[in-house]
Amino acid sequence: MAEPATATQAAAPVVALLKNELDIVIPTIRNLDFLEMWRPFFQPYHLIIVQDGDPSKTIKVPEGFDYELYNRNDINRILGPKASCISFKDSACRCFGYMVSKKKYIFTIDDDCFVAKDPSGKAINALEQHIKNLLSPSTPFFFNTLYDPFREGADFVRGYPFSLREGVPTAASHGLWLNIPDYDAPTQLVKPLERNTRYVDAVLTIPKGTLFPMCGMNLAFNRELIGPAMYFGLMGDGQPIGRYDDMWAGWCTKVICDHLGLGVKTGLPYIFHSKASNPFVNLRKEYKGIYWQEEIIPFFQQAVLPKDCTTVQKCYIELAKQVKEKLSKVDPYFDKLADAMVTWIEAWDELNPTGPVPNGKAA
Amino acid sequence: SAVHNLSNITDLSPLPDHILIELFLRTLRAGKLTERVLKLFIATGKDEVFSLIQALNIQVTVTPVLPTRALRPDLTSFMNEWRTIFSRFHLIIVKDPDLKEELKIPEGFNLDVYKKPDIDRVVGTSTSTIFSGYSCRYFGYLVSRKKYIISVDDDCYPAKDNKGILVDAVAQHITNLTTPATPFFFNTLYDPFTEGADFVRGYPFSLRSGVQCALSCGLWLNLADYDAPTQALKPEERNSRYVDAVLTVPARTLMPISGINIAFNREVIGPALLPSLRLGGEGKFRWETMEDIWSGMCVKVVCDHLGHGVKTGMPYVWRNDRGDAIASLRKEWEGVKLMEEVVPFFQSVRLSREAKTTEDCVAEVANVVKEQLGSKDPMFARAAKAMVDWVKLWKSVGSSTSSPGA
Repeated sequence: MAEPATATQAAAPVVALLKNELDIVIPTIRNLDFLEMWRPFFQPYHLIIVQDGDPSKTIKVPEGFDYELYNRNDINRILGPKASCISFKDSACRCFGYMVSKKKYIFTIDDDCFVAKDPSGKAINALEQHIKNLLSPSTPFFFNTLYDPFREGADFVRGYPFSLREGVPTAASHGLWLNIPDYDAPTQLVKPLERNTRYVDAVLTIPKGTLFPMCGMNLAFNRELIGPAMYFGLMGDGQPIGRYDDMWAGWCTKVICDHLGLGVKTGLPYIFHSKASNPFVNLRKEYKGIYWQEEIIPFFQQAVLPKDCTTVQKCYIELAKQVKEKLSKVDPYFDKLADAMVTWIEAWDELNPTGPVPNGKAA
Repeated sequence: SAVHNLSNITDLSPLPDHILIELFLRTLRAGKLTERVLKLFIATGKDEVFSLIQALNIQVTVTPVLPTRALRPDLTSFMNEWRTIFSRFHLIIVKDPDLKEELKIPEGFNLDVYKKPDIDRVVGTSTSTIFSGYSCRYFGYLVSRKKYIISVDDDCYPAKDNKGILVDAVAQHITNLTTPATPFFFNTLYDPFTEGADFVRGYPFSLRSGVQCALSCGLWLNLADYDAPTQALKPEERNSRYVDAVLTVPARTLMPISGINIAFNREVIGPALLPSLRLGGEGKFRWETMEDIWSGMCVKVVCDHLGHGVKTGMPYVWRNDRGDAIASLRKEWEGVKLMEEVVPFFQSVRLSREAKTTEDCVAEVANVVKEQLGSKDPMFARAAKAMVDWVKLWKSVGSSTSSPGA
């Protein structure tokens, strides 16, 4: 089962749900050949490509895709001094794509992720499953033992209160990976040959009050509901840490979702992750993170947002304040990160102004 | 060949030491070291055998007990279907005291059967009423002296997994109970202790040793454990989705714990599984009860307080079609409405720091039930009293070994 699907062309004609409401954000430094495989599923959608690394290099996009591409020069031009919040030489730069998008939904995927096969051998349309996850409610307040009750063939089990069966809007859909699993460097070093071959046919809501490690390889979210929380932090060049961008975004996102009564789902869809990054390189990047997460996790687990934080931006600014107060003592990096979090929100609001107030001026 | 003939041997002491050890190891490797055979080896009194047992950490108390409620008198097909899986273990069969007919139980099992007269003898005729209907299983939990208990409704057969292989539900429950749970942080690849899985990037290392798993909640193929309104609305719906996962239910997250297919560590949380909530119209179909859901909420609150884990997912059992959801609807509205109170109540329960044993925790929950819910419905007041009585009963009848719970 641990093989990517090859017969995607033979897949039945795909109905492209949310065609004009969803952008696919892809960070890359290499090339975008992987898109060939995704073509039947992705071609109807608009792509936002965020080019990391050397801006003078040309990234070739396969024919027939509708896309916009941003390299570092573009980021600097568009954000000016605020560009400092966008990471350099790290896939964390992808969050710039979230910021410039004008769509309601985002799907983000890494360029070493291919189409997976389900146990019957059928090619998995990961985007379609993410959309299903996002368009159906989440159930964070009470755990359903048969997993997502809104999936075909499932429902709420005996004992599930009817008043909780409407669920809440789903803000994010976290997909998984067959083949190379998303392990940290120490685990990779100890188990270099371990491959994830287990297809778990479930989607479930992560309960309120529970944190999780959010991987950015195969992720979709409702930009209108939670977009500003998806800041992928300061990583890569000039930073003491790497490979914690999505983790950071995930913890912030979950705390804010819990506060605002939004849901986060995890499970299907699977993609086929083909490239195992170098564990020694990873170790050097993650090294500090492995220590720091021991402090960071309790921080997020105990974070309380005041009732007057009623928008994502307000929640995020408040979180940034708490990061500065409580995590700066762990390392001065968090002081910088807290500032960058504020810069991010300022940049977000600049690029995404809310509608005009009654007297015609922009808010 | 001696390994295969072990069932016929009654005394191993004539064997020379080195042959005894070799036989022991081969028996172990062949998977034939049952409790009876282990006792044979122990009976030789040889030091080498004892040191081997210690070194390999083999525990006699690991043998599970299976209380099966007999709600229908004829258990023949149920027990025959489970024979290959159950026959290695000691079974406890508890007959619903309200069932009038004689039980039909096939030969070839190591079991104890408890009927109304037995229940009356152990707990007294006035108390034995708490064990009617599905609650008869709690009597089995009370009298068992084993470390692990596995409990399966008698309308469930072994299921087949996605590859068509029969699922050994007992083995899976034991695996769940004997590997750590991870309630403090969610692992996106589910149970990290399963073969082929691990903790993902971003999972704090300090949380990777996990905590003891006290409860293992299995699932059901075919007739899922829906309530009557749900099943009545979708009369043809059957669960055909086999989800190949076990996961830990996060701390402070509550869920409906169905009693149809569960297992638990009796030493650790025995007293917390209890017969207490009884619906006015409590019936003989699962749709017509909430006793297990109530009990399960108590168990989860206690586990969260004491730092134990609860797992959910595999194993699956195949649940046979039974009953008429629409007919049950009338009875079950009561239970369905109750959950609107019950869930927010349990979500708000906070136990004191002084509650360090399972019994203390249950007593505290009972107190809070009485104070906060007792006035809303006499059913809750009765449930609270039943919980207090249960703790007393457990202390007098249930514990031969103490269950510190911590």
